[in-house]
Amino acid sequence: MTQESSPRQWPGDIYEALKRADVKQVAFVPDAGHKELILSCQGDGDMTTVSLTTEEEGVAMLGGSWLGGDRGALLMQSSGVGNCINMLSLPIHCRMPLLMIVTMRGEWGEFNPWQLPMGQNTERVLQDVGVYVQRATFAHEVGDIVYAGAQLAFSSNCQVAVLLSQRLLGFKDWSK
Amino acid sequence: MNGQSSATLDRRDVMRTIVAQRGDALMVTGLGSTTYDAGTVDHPNTFCLWGSMGAAAMMGLGLAIAQPHRRILVMTGDGEMLMGIGALATIGAQRPRNLAIAVIDNEHYSETGMQATHTGRGVDLAAVAKACGFASTETVRTEGELTSIVPRLFNEEGPFFVAIKVDTQRYPMSIRVRDGAHLKDRFRENLLGAERAYY
Repeated sequence: MTQESSPRQWPGDIYEALKRADVKQVAFVPDAGHKELILSCQGDGDMTTVSLTTEEEGVAMLGGSWLGGDRGALLMQSSGVGNCINMLSLPIHCRMPLLMIVTMRGEWGEFNPWQLPMGQNTERVLQDVGVYVQRATFAHEVGDIVYAGAQLAFSSNCQVAVLLSQRLLGFKDWSK
Repeated sequence: MNGQSSATLDRRDVMRTIVAQRGDALMVTGLGSTTYDAGTVDHPNTFCLWGSMGAAAMMGLGLAIAQPHRRILVMTGDGEMLMGIGALATIGAQRPRNLAIAVIDNEHYSETGMQATHTGRGVDLAAVAKACGFASTETVRTEGELTSIVPRLFNEEGPFFVAIKVDTQRYPMSIRVRDGAHLKDRFRENLLGAERAYY
């Protein structure tokens, strides 16, 4: 239970998984856990990255990208999942694939109580609305789980959220 | 501010006038009256939303990125646009050159009892789009202005935004397919071909 100090490998593993899955559009609301991944995608000439004002914009945007033949991914923090629930009726009803990669707050070592109501219910509300949830807890498994989630979404026209445990991120050091 | 809009354009005339010049443009329509209007001039290159209020503009952005050599036109209502108003900032920042948004603005929520929207209470959506960085923004109130704006919707460098003020005339729902999976497959098959649409 210590702050991670060495460079993280798993954001690069997610990037590689998105490349293998032929993801072309990456929509995101920034999050510290996705910092390296966002930079990798922004530096990739074959990807278009879109910074959103709120997460449900990304659900709608990736519906449009699928209409146009592009695969996409939506990056967010667990607090953004609640913003997406009604908009998820678009991919769910239309059977459009959706890959969400969600960094968790409000669980492992959380210090901010405002994160708990959404963080503790993220998995449940996603499942309640019909999204398949895959959880990654340890660094070595992240890449495989994201790639498998992408395969599930794009080959079965379903909606998949990969939840990245807060344990992967370590504790936020608020003494700085 | 619950009175009738002073606008005189008819929403179905506006839809017919625009669609007559669409060429091979790809269209997304927002839920409610705009989708019903589009149903009277249905086309496989049109994807009609029947729900997910606030989605239309952002669907247009995803489609515009995926199809950079095609013109994308989003047509939606003022209430639908207001629900997803942050999309104007996102699109303004992204600046897709091939995207146009036309808001069919009757200044009311006509599906839910004709309550006033903010556009009838001083909110100027074209000014919002301009402040968000859209390349061109207009507000149309007359037949003459409509006639001159339609070619620009399909040709001018985007992102292009127009608010088209229409009267509050309501029309019956056009009876047509509501199944989103069918509409999605129809659109993709027509655009991408069956092999790619169903791979």
